[in-house]
Amino acid sequence: MEVFRHDIVIVGGGGAGLRAAIAAVEADPKASVALVSKVYPMRSHTVSAEGGAAGVAAPDDSLEMHFKDTVKGSDFLADQDCVDYFVEQAPKELTLLEHWGCPWSRDEEGRVAVRAFGGMTAKRTWFAADKVGFHMLHTLFQTSMRYDRIVRYDEQFVTKLLVDGGVVKGVAALDVREGTMRAILGRAVILATGGAGKCFPFTTNGTIKTGDGMALAYRAGIALKDMEFVQYHPTGLPGTGILITEASRGEGGHVINAQGERFLVTRDYGVGQKAELGPRDMISRAIMQEIAAGRGIKGPYGDYVHLDLRHLGEAKIMERLPFVRTLSKTYAGVDPVSEPIPIRPVVHYMMGGIDTNIDGATALPGLYAAGETACVSMNGANRLGSNSLTECLVFGARAGIRAIEFARGASVGSEAPLLAQAQEEATRIEDLRGRRKGGEKIAQIRREMQKTMEEGCGVYREQASMHESVRVMAQLRGRVSDLQLEDASKVFNTEILTALELANMVDVAEAIAVAAAARRESRGAHACSDYKARNDQEFLHHSLVTFTPGGPHLDRKPVTITRFQPEERKY
Amino acid sequence: MSDVQKKKFVVTRFDPDKDEVPKTQEYTIPVRPDWKVLDALNYIKDEVDGTISHRWSCRMAVCGSCGMLVNGEPKLTCSTPLDEYGDEVHVAPLSNFPVIRDLVVDLEGFLDKFKSVKPWIVRAKEKAVEEGPCRQTPEELHAFKQFSMCINCMLCYAACPVVANVPEFLGPAAIALGHRYNLDSRDEGAAERNEVFRGEGTVYECSYANECSEVCPKNVDPAAAINQAKLLAVLDWMKSFVTPRRGGE
Ligand SMILES: Cc1cc2nc3c(=O)[nH]c(=O)nc-3n(C[C@H](O)[C@H](O)[C@H](O)COP(=O)(O)OP(=O)(O)OC[C@H]3O[C@@H](n4cnc5c(N)ncnc54)[C@H](O)[C@@H]3O)c2cc1C
Ligand code: FES
Repeated sequence: MEVFRHDIVIVGGGGAGLRAAIAAVEADPKASVALVSKVYPMRSHTVSAEGGAAGVAAPDDSLEMHFKDTVKGSDFLADQDCVDYFVEQAPKELTLLEHWGCPWSRDEEGRVAVRAFGGMTAKRTWFAADKVGFHMLHTLFQTSMRYDRIVRYDEQFVTKLLVDGGVVKGVAALDVREGTMRAILGRAVILATGGAGKCFPFTTNGTIKTGDGMALAYRAGIALKDMEFVQYHPTGLPGTGILITEASRGEGGHVINAQGERFLVTRDYGVGQKAELGPRDMISRAIMQEIAAGRGIKGPYGDYVHLDLRHLGEAKIMERLPFVRTLSKTYAGVDPVSEPIPIRPVVHYMMGGIDTNIDGATALPGLYAAGETACVSMNGANRLGSNSLTECLVFGARAGIRAIEFARGASVGSEAPLLAQAQEEATRIEDLRGRRKGGEKIAQIRREMQKTMEEGCGVYREQASMHESVRVMAQLRGRVSDLQLEDASKVFNTEILTALELANMVDVAEAIAVAAAARRESRGAHACSDYKARNDQEFLHHSLVTFTPGGPHLDRKPVTITRFQPEERKY
Repeated sequence: MSDVQKKKFVVTRFDPDKDEVPKTQEYTIPVRPDWKVLDALNYIKDEVDGTISHRWSCRMAVCGSCGMLVNGEPKLTCSTPLDEYGDEVHVAPLSNFPVIRDLVVDLEGFLDKFKSVKPWIVRAKEKAVEEGPCRQTPEELHAFKQFSMCINCMLCYAACPVVANVPEFLGPAAIALGHRYNLDSRDEGAAERNEVFRGEGTVYECSYANECSEVCPKNVDPAAAINQAKLLAVLDWMKSFVTPRRGGE
């Protein structure tokens, strides 16, 4: 078994992982940081973010307004101390990215331009046309190359946290290229492994977003928090689920039904004056209701409505939304300059994740989490668009610094027990390779999981179907241990990765379903048809799901409310 | 589906533990009219043959993972429509790279080249966060924006006749990236990068075949970048005789 030793180990090379790595080596230039990623960092799904990153910049805006928008958007489930820290750090972090070369779009004076976004009362979303995640990720990746103390482990798939004496001390990782296991040891570990949209069939997420980090933490005994809150983005292309950014509405796009009616203006869906710039949970529900009322358009991938950008004109579309135009042409066969874009709500983002405090620290000493995989929590029951790229920076940096501080005070101790665990992992993975004796195909179980999650934990949820999801996930958890694999080879065996990812997703999906079924109210993205109102009396709390061999264990945790008392969420 | 269309895929296979040389394998599968080449590969992987290996992630032409040769041409498979091809489609790994397995090529060499152009902002004195963002006019942004659009998909290396003959050649994407930073109004590192560009196996190696710009799925136009970078590197070198060098260099 190959063993590598560093001060800290970061799992994930997306926005959060790269930012954490840079913060760590800047905090301690002598520190050695392992950056482990299952894909080359520039392939991480941060690359796909289109619309922008929020941070107060304009003179008519304030930190207080950003704070209030975020808390209200969260349906009062965000921890307000986290939101305060977030809004305060956001402009600094975005400025740093600017200094590192991010090609932010500018106004005529050369100042960074900001655009409108859903649920935000002022223009505060920084953008680089409509390829913001791409530019941020490449800026971070390229900047990270300046630091020789950041040692990359590309295409290495982490399968287990190595824990000894109640402290995390490294990870076991499968080297995809060689097909061998290795132990990467460090005195602190940060999980920055992104979201889990692939638990659902129809999602904006790429194929790598399988909730691995959530499952790693869950299996190590750490609670997953607020998992029931799954964000449906209102505007995905039918069929592929490819995102058409909210910036399309920020720049003035309209959502219309089959009759060409702007129903967010003409009907009462709770978004008030904000119309198309209402928050995502509300707009997704409005679209589903339009479709249910028969005002959608029929298509081969189900009914949909239209996003109309025609009135923006070709010049503005080309300046602000060129990628949207290309995506629409390539993946929907329509040119938004002359035709409306077919869209429907699509699984997009996990508000929930690994339970951490404001430092990104989990209950397991030495283990930190940041980015979409974490729930610190600042998104509560509904994230506002453009807050999460910034979240990756703000809480990625903080976790990086805190992890380095922790590592400084921690001792390595004996490596023997860690290597024994890694060896056990090696045996487990070896058994999986080319496991012909198994009974079930990966694709079959994945389909069942995704279909069940869509039916049980969709935009609207019913008690009965949520409980059905819980039942099916428990069953699938058993069935994933009897997978049939065909590929017995060692080198770049991607089948084994899909098998591991599937097992991770089933864990995460089960946590989502269990938390959803227990929340007998409607709040933010969790719209429960049997309990239509928000119920602060009973449910103004975070939910925690912990792994036990007998099945998930459910618990709760108070929400931190500092100065914005919960009120009715109306726009 | 009544009128299910079928297509034959001829896929290059290679497992270094078993095969001396790459071989091909054929799969005939049902396809949907709106599929891209990648959808067909994923169908094969999920439903027909789990042993096939290829890279992909975003399926929206932005992560750069899925570059392959489709009927001999470098393509991003997730944005290449199947209906552009006939009943038989050949899929092979990108040319000019060592093959690791099936359709997966080795990128390590590229990332070393990438790093050698110092793809980050170089400044004599770093600006403090408190000073706020730099000013950069839309024109200054425009000067380099196009060259910042590279997704590192490697199609240009697969197409480049120079890379085919001189594997050490820095190559289109890396040169375009270095040039992108040289053109950025916030950067002061051009002298260092021009030093790199004047070295062996870089801008002067290019034969202006323009193949890179033709296959680029993001219209980065690396050929133009190389052309400009060459000129600027020479000018910079000539200037070094006329004017004393700036401090810090
Ligand atoms: C299409 C789309 C558009 C979006 N647009 C916006 C937007 O405009 N504004 C906004 O604020 N947010 C947006 N979001 C959300 C935002 O982009 C993401 O929440 C954020 O980028 C997540 O970053 P991350 O660093 O947490 O994870 P990711 O970028 O997903 O990176 C995860 C990393 O973890 C690694 N990893 C995962 N599992 C393992 C493992 N087992 N072993 C080793 N490595 C592993 C991966 O290789 C990868 O490097 C968008 C999301 C999508 C899908
Ligand atoms: S899968 Fe990302 S570019 Fe094709």
